[in-house]
Amino acid sequence: MAASFNWAHSAPVILAAFLASLVEFVEALTIVLAVGVTQGWRIALSGAATGVVALGALLAAFGPALRFIDVRTLQLLIGILLLLFGMRWLRKAILRAGGVLRPHDEVAIFASETRALGAGSVGFITSCKAVVIEGIEVVFVVLAVGAAGNMLLPATLGALAAGLLVAFLGILLHRPLARVPENTLKFAVGVLLSAFGVFWIGEGSHFHWIGGDWAILALTAGFLLVSILAIPRTKQARP
Amino acid sequence: MTWIRRIAREFWGLFVDDGSFAVAILVWIGVCVFLFKSVLPAEWSGPVLFVGVAAVLVENVRRSARR
Repeated sequence: MAASFNWAHSAPVILAAFLASLVEFVEALTIVLAVGVTQGWRIALSGAATGVVALGALLAAFGPALRFIDVRTLQLLIGILLLLFGMRWLRKAILRAGGVLRPHDEVAIFASETRALGAGSVGFITSCKAVVIEGIEVVFVVLAVGAAGNMLLPATLGALAAGLLVAFLGILLHRPLARVPENTLKFAVGVLLSAFGVFWIGEGSHFHWIGGDWAILALTAGFLLVSILAIPRTKQARP
Repeated sequence: MTWIRRIAREFWGLFVDDGSFAVAILVWIGVCVFLFKSVLPAEWSGPVLFVGVAAVLVENVRRSARR
């Protein structure tokens, strides 16, 4: 079993799922905390729990359906979606690093959510919605990085580890995780998912990768290099 | 109903926030998968796909910075 464990695939899968999920869980935590502070922890946590159940139902409904799609078609489709998703994050991270876009500020989001919530009865729905919306991104990342290469277990473990870490820190600190370097995380996840996307498009289209699965690492290095070089160009291009 | 619409919008937003950027990526994928695949040697198609999407990324961030 250990000999057949493919680290070239599973290590980047675990890392991509962990980092991408970490960003999403941090965003969901900010909203749940805002609800908890303004309207009580029972409302915040029951809303979040309902969101988790809704996500579980979504995963149970769509996860098994993937088995009925031809493997090459699945690889091509997932590759295209991963590339669009990863490149979108990478573009934003480069623009933020270059000072074109403002960085994501969890403290400011927490303050505005707290102000907006007040003492109404929308806390349950707000908390549930935050978990569902951010959770859909986690489910997509887990399915996308895991399904095409039969790596759902490592991807799920990566996401689960991120969820447990954020929940633990949330319980411990009771405030938004403002020190998480979100842009650096999005940069890293964008690089990884874009590399996976190009690789799976190639697999689904019968391209021949030199080095086989190890091409993922070469693609990761390529996207990392291009993105790092793009940051100073972005700064220069600013009016 | 409003929040189902919002979830649908968020899901679309997972993949597209700059329309021309997404279209450029999709066009390049189409060119590589349907056009270059029959013209280029099989081991060239992957690196050509990578170079194209990397060029799309660099050009898009340069343009976005200028705006």
